[in-house]
Amino acid sequence: MREKLQELRELAINSINNVIELTELENLRVKYLGKKGELTQVLKGMGKLSEEERPVIGQVANEIRVEIEEAMNKVKENLKNKTLTEKLTKEKIDITVTNRVKKLGHRHPLLATIEELEDLFISMGFKVLPGPEIENVKNNFDDLNSPDNHPSRDLSDTFYITEDILLRTHTSPVQIRAMKEYGAPLRMVSAGRTFRFDDVDDTHSPMFHQIEGLVVDEKISMANLKYTLDVFIKELFGKDMKTRYRPHHFPFTEPSAEVDVTCLSCRGEGCPVCNYTGWSMELLGCGMVHPQVLENCGIDSEKYTGFAFGMGVDRITMVKYGLKDIRLLFDNDNRFLEQF
Amino acid sequence: MLLPVKWLKDYIKTQKSSRELADGLTLSGSHVESIISLNPGIENVVVGKILSLEDHPNADKLIICKVDVGAEKLIIVTGAKNLKTGDYIPVAKVGAKLPGKEIGLTDFRGVDSYGMLCSLKELGFTDSVIPKEFKDGIYIFDKEYELGLDIKDVLGLNDQVIEFEITPNRPDCLSIIGMARETAATFGYKLEEPSIKIETEVDDIYDYANGIEIQTDNCIRYYSRVIKDVKIGKSPLWMQQRLMEAGVRPISNIVDVTNFVMLEYGEPLHAFDLDNLQGKKIIVRQAIKGEKLTTLDGEERILDPKDIIIADVNNPIGLAGVMGGLHSEITDETKTVLLEGANFNSRNIRMTSKKFSLRTEASTRFEKGIDPNLGEIAVERVCQLIEQIGAGRIVKNHIDVYNKKAQPKHITLRPERANMILGVEISIEDMLKSLNNLGLKSSFDGKLIHTKVPTYRLDIDIEADLIEEVGRLYGFHNIESRPLLGALTRGEKPYKIVLEDRVKTILQGLGLNEVMTYSFISPKAYDKINLSETDSLRKYIKLINPLGEDYSSMRTTLVPNMLDLLARNFNRGIESMYAFEIGNTFIPKSLPITELPDENKKLCLGIFGETDFYEIKDIVENCLYRLGMDIIQYEREENNPTFHPGRTARLFYKGEDVGIIGEIHPLVMENYDIKTRVYIAELDFGKIVGFTNLEIKYTPLPKYPAMTRDIAVVVKEEVMVGDIEKIILKHGSEILENVRLFDIYRGNQLQEGLKSVAYSITYRSHERTLTDDEVNEVQDNIIKDLETSIGAKLRSF
Repeated sequence: MREKLQELRELAINSINNVIELTELENLRVKYLGKKGELTQVLKGMGKLSEEERPVIGQVANEIRVEIEEAMNKVKENLKNKTLTEKLTKEKIDITVTNRVKKLGHRHPLLATIEELEDLFISMGFKVLPGPEIENVKNNFDDLNSPDNHPSRDLSDTFYITEDILLRTHTSPVQIRAMKEYGAPLRMVSAGRTFRFDDVDDTHSPMFHQIEGLVVDEKISMANLKYTLDVFIKELFGKDMKTRYRPHHFPFTEPSAEVDVTCLSCRGEGCPVCNYTGWSMELLGCGMVHPQVLENCGIDSEKYTGFAFGMGVDRITMVKYGLKDIRLLFDNDNRFLEQF
Repeated sequence: MLLPVKWLKDYIKTQKSSRELADGLTLSGSHVESIISLNPGIENVVVGKILSLEDHPNADKLIICKVDVGAEKLIIVTGAKNLKTGDYIPVAKVGAKLPGKEIGLTDFRGVDSYGMLCSLKELGFTDSVIPKEFKDGIYIFDKEYELGLDIKDVLGLNDQVIEFEITPNRPDCLSIIGMARETAATFGYKLEEPSIKIETEVDDIYDYANGIEIQTDNCIRYYSRVIKDVKIGKSPLWMQQRLMEAGVRPISNIVDVTNFVMLEYGEPLHAFDLDNLQGKKIIVRQAIKGEKLTTLDGEERILDPKDIIIADVNNPIGLAGVMGGLHSEITDETKTVLLEGANFNSRNIRMTSKKFSLRTEASTRFEKGIDPNLGEIAVERVCQLIEQIGAGRIVKNHIDVYNKKAQPKHITLRPERANMILGVEISIEDMLKSLNNLGLKSSFDGKLIHTKVPTYRLDIDIEADLIEEVGRLYGFHNIESRPLLGALTRGEKPYKIVLEDRVKTILQGLGLNEVMTYSFISPKAYDKINLSETDSLRKYIKLINPLGEDYSSMRTTLVPNMLDLLARNFNRGIESMYAFEIGNTFIPKSLPITELPDENKKLCLGIFGETDFYEIKDIVENCLYRLGMDIIQYEREENNPTFHPGRTARLFYKGEDVGIIGEIHPLVMENYDIKTRVYIAELDFGKIVGFTNLEIKYTPLPKYPAMTRDIAVVVKEEVMVGDIEKIILKHGSEILENVRLFDIYRGNQLQEGLKSVAYSITYRSHERTLTDDEVNEVQDNIIKDLETSIGAKLRSF
């Protein structure tokens, strides 16, 4: 009996180790360990054994059973690993192939700049306000203290629809609207399209964009103006940017200033772009709101003072991205747009 | 405004370099455009004297000159024709440097030339300032100079000129003295104005002139003097140099003096040949319609009553404040001169100058406004200089018509107000010093600063103007910045702009590029998109003065601009483009407009490439869904001439028309020359804003299993799946979770004109597990309704 078992064991282990497919393994399991399997048969014949022999042979038989099961498990594991390895090898792909189906779209650089600027001012407590592109002369010129013989009112400077209605030449009329609607105190910015009678060339476009800001409150000073604009310019162009405030003239502010900013090309070293001055010139115009403008909007100019500033977003976008031709912004060439 | 630094130094004493002056003036408000060096890189060019002139033996057009340059005598070959023995001329020796060239020993047809005689152009002068007699020839000095002297010293080429951009409120700075005043105030120098004095006067002005008559309110002042025994000739070199440095061409002594004083004081002057004035009388009046005047430039001008003219008793003799007339021009024969120092209404000057496109040194000054008191000072200064250079004898007395004399304004300034507005602490002493340095006579009474504003400061009217003066001399760059104080305010954007930003982000995520186009378009665009003559979109607003037809109408739709840019890209070889624009359209309330129009914001999408109608529809639906607009209804749009009648839908939300999506009509595509299919959507952004809902409420995740049933029905081709879906949704009740179209089949298993449409319908309850029976009941109702309403037949798989 013992010999028979040993023989069975040898035979079983050998055939298990030679298995190359999982199904074959299952057949062997049935053959040896199944209900009618050979090992089972041997065990069934144990009744014929003596009382002493029975537990000994039983133990041997069990050991052999465990041994066969282990061998089978091991082979099964190996086979599974082999199949998986084969599958993985077969599924290898060329990972250098690029075949993008869906591309993200792109924001227009100028409009994205406007959104960025608005968000910056929102973080400083400013209200963003919209204003119409078609305006009346009163909001665009009169209430902004523009002298009635000022050349900017000419047909050769401003697009007119009627004698009293025009395409706004700056975003400043939104200041007038805001002061009339909200009064003081007020912190607002407004960005949008503006129009001037300029033929199209590298740096001019009959339609362009401005962003305009206004703060009116008690005891607002030029020192506050400088602080606010400095924060803004550092946020927009970088912490190392310097500003230079030069006295200037605008009809709607008094005193008025123009702001130069460190040249972005050379960061102030001096280069052909900035004409070796180290400054990007005239990036912003600003000043203390003219008392007459406050009065025009029903605000007591003795109690309240304010500052205002405005800048060309097209210019800022061009400076920021190094564009040399403003026409690119309006041409909408897909290859241009996809760079931003 | 060109400021020759040497000229400036006639009125102030300074050791500062041009750069230092420019920087200081920039920060006090005079914006420097550039510093121009008068030396364009000249080296080794000296004064020489022509000893002899001989014809070249081998060339007709060349002359051999023997030239004495002090240390040596040189043979120089030249082609110039304006030379004679004894002339003093600029000589570039061998090795000399001129702008753009270096002089070497040159063989001219067998004769060696040891240098070159120079014209002013060769020395770097621009054509516009070179005196006419030296336009083509070698420059000849006005008198003897030491031979061998460096030309740069003789012609003042070591000097520099600062170019300023003067703001329109400061016409007083369009003069050397005005800028000297600014310089003095900026650096704390003393301004030394010329002291004007005439040594000898003869006869009386009324011996020569019969008076001045002003017939128009637009002439504020006319101050006049007469010069007799005029000897027309060249002005001295120093004066010519000043003029050329300031950008003015020297002409003759009398004209040069008037130009010199104009530059010096900023008062444009005119000199008439008195012998050519009929009636020897000056009349200032508005022109009569159709009256003619030939101006100094030889052009005949036809005048109208808005033009102010200077006339004699018969004819116009000058376009006031703009340009003199040819007839009374100073010529070599002029013997008696009448000088004009006048003042005119700036508005008329501007109109006249503009009408004739005639911008002169005079008109640019007059149109900005000039102190009327300057007329007298300037004319007196002219007399002084004429006497000084011996160009004529000054006739005694003047004629001055000046009815409303300009008086200094008195303004008060509160020092504490100035400090509050500037955000600084400037002492009262410093304020007084700044104001007084600017010529604004100021004193403090213990409470207020009282300022007497001279008449040349036309820009100062109120306290704020004085605050600006104090501030700019203190230096805006010296103001220490301070954060805003006061109540904290919350920054915010109106919902409409927030939504716009949101849409842009969504569309960017969906692969569209943002574009930007002009608000004005060509009226032809409405023809190009094939709109009918009566289409309401043709009610557009027109500009009075457009830059051209292409920019003449305010757009009522974004579609033409979108088509334009897609066509442009397509024709540049771009294979595929996905674009969108959010922009205004302008809808008049009535035409012609009498009030501001409605500015309606539109969202326009345009795509071409490997795409179809369903993709753009998908994009729009996705976008609107993210804005909280879930169920969009579509209706076939067959009558919009811009769009393909079979491939266009109108969008409705809650019964309201919100826009259109479709393929562009082949005829429109021809108009735009695009040879691919283009899909466009135009949505009314304003309406969409009203329907959006950005608030999100969470729905609990399902606890009970779903049951999915597929259903396929055969319907006629013209039945739209949207109608089938409407029926399914109608019966679905609250247990219907999702309807998904997964197949549309046409083919040999079906009859012509039929299609099979297959849906996967998901049912689920949030309260219990559904039973087969209740789902079957709903399914049966759907099928029955499909059969009866649209004649569908259930298709068995």
